[in-house]
Amino acid sequence: MSGKTLAEKLLSAKSGTDARAGDYVEADVDVAMAHDITGPLAFQTFDEVTGDDGELFAPDRTVFTIDHHAPADGVQAANNHNAVREFAAKHGAHQFDVGDGICHAVLVEEGFVGPGDLVIGADSHSTTYGGIGAFGTGVGSTDLGTALATGELWFRVPKTLRFEVDGDLQDGVYAKDLILRFIGDVGFDGCTYMAAEYAGSTIESLPIHERLVLSNMAIEMGGKTGLVAPDERTESYLERQTGNEIDLSDAFVSDDDADYEAVHTYDAAALAPQVSKPSNPENAVDVTEVAGTEIDQLFVGTCTNGRYEDIKIVADILAGETIAPNARMVVVPASKSVYQHMLQTGVFQTLTDAGAVIQSAGCGPCAGYHQGVLGDGDVCLATANRNFPGREGSMESSVYLSSPATVGASALYGEITDPREVETKRYDDTVFAEVLP
Amino acid sequence: MTDAFAGDGGRPDPAEPGRAWVFGDNIDTDQITPSRFIVSSDPDELATHAFEDLRPDFSEAVETGDFVVAGENFGSGSSREHSPLSLVGAGVSAVVAQSFARIFFRNAINLGLPVLICPGADAIEDGDEIHVDLDAGVVTNHTRDETYEAEALPEFLQSLVEQGGLKAYTKAKLDG
Repeated sequence: MSGKTLAEKLLSAKSGTDARAGDYVEADVDVAMAHDITGPLAFQTFDEVTGDDGELFAPDRTVFTIDHHAPADGVQAANNHNAVREFAAKHGAHQFDVGDGICHAVLVEEGFVGPGDLVIGADSHSTTYGGIGAFGTGVGSTDLGTALATGELWFRVPKTLRFEVDGDLQDGVYAKDLILRFIGDVGFDGCTYMAAEYAGSTIESLPIHERLVLSNMAIEMGGKTGLVAPDERTESYLERQTGNEIDLSDAFVSDDDADYEAVHTYDAAALAPQVSKPSNPENAVDVTEVAGTEIDQLFVGTCTNGRYEDIKIVADILAGETIAPNARMVVVPASKSVYQHMLQTGVFQTLTDAGAVIQSAGCGPCAGYHQGVLGDGDVCLATANRNFPGREGSMESSVYLSSPATVGASALYGEITDPREVETKRYDDTVFAEVLP
Repeated sequence: MTDAFAGDGGRPDPAEPGRAWVFGDNIDTDQITPSRFIVSSDPDELATHAFEDLRPDFSEAVETGDFVVAGENFGSGSSREHSPLSLVGAGVSAVVAQSFARIFFRNAINLGLPVLICPGADAIEDGDEIHVDLDAGVVTNHTRDETYEAEALPEFLQSLVEQGGLKAYTKAKLDG
């Protein structure tokens, strides 16, 4: 019998079985999360299955955020926010409010998730937690509502698609370019029902905020989760960031003889910056193919690339410069702590001097609700994760996806620009910790 | 919540023929339920906006017992249960697609909305009259006098459905 993948080991541990791909298991959930869009439906399910006197399986490991329509852009959104506040207060769960940030940023920054955890979120980008070695996966509201009551949920143990990357990335090339290339290669549904696993010397040398980018967008190839084996980098990041003691002695890695659905190998040095053309993330091409495309709006933010390091890369490029007159830039930090870092380090000033609009932390215009919705004919270059028809507004608008560096370079010229033509920086995880109070 | 939401007798019977509304590949949740409408969790209200940008005539013209038919990767994108819920609210009898995105598939089963993986679904044209035999896993096209085989639900899911869906299953577990 072959060895086991990381995904199989994680679900074996959480289900108390010898789980193999294809098995159905009921597994113990460590952390459950929902937000202002998916929470209200999950609360209905919870109330329905528990009656009026329901108790959460673990209030201290249940987290609710208000991030999608925050601040409220209408009465229904405001009512949803109140529903989240009331449910969280009634049941003693953790709750983050308007301006605190996007669920996936908050859960990592605040130390709610750690290596080996099984994390379910009523949000498809819950795959993000795989970047620190947790089995993070997105579920619907009925799944979440029942799990809030029982602390358990059923899973089909996924096969694994492994992406092995070796070598050094070129200047101006980042994790975002890697994941757009992976999605382009396997397709938008190429990892459906499967786990993605990222490995190789390039991945090992990536700081945690970059690993989170890879895991975050596993869902854009249909992935159930996107895993990076936790290592000393994970340990030191989490200890520095959250103050939690991290014990990696029980952490998992895939066996050498694990059975993969397929292994895709890459030479990091050969990868050019990538841009996904409208209207699907799988339309990834080298930036040179679309260079010169005129841009109306630049959007920096989201659970994919709204971290401090991402925004700082853009600010470095725009320092002392002005955004091209044909373009406007919207910046939405992923969390309040990113926002505060931007204020403390001058990034905020640099960006506003260059002409950017900076909004409170949250999801911003990513899903087309508010804070920078696109009109007919608008073309946007975004650090976001999705560019479906109408995703950021009008069905007649179009969205290109890229790394923050590509957005920064493109802001200078008002057209898609190869970031290798400007000076770009690369940050390790300590830059975020530097100014912590 | 309406009866339909509970996945019980309020649902239309897929064995009864209905109109096929045919969509293409990679229909994502933004196209099923545009994000500006998902501040609501009410199936009836969501139904009035189903496919609103993609196919503005759908919500007005769809009738209880109609079918949604699609290509590959139906329901991709977000985890919003509002998407299958809008189809429940619209009275859609079942969704037949060549393949589904994982979370949509899970959500639909949890809501009691039958979903069938049917590789031959691309032979169905918009407006065809079809019905579905859920037990046999067969889609019948009355307009073209054809049948297409669908994949059977895995045993585990079948048992979940037979126990009345995830909510009923969970209630029983909590009471047990």
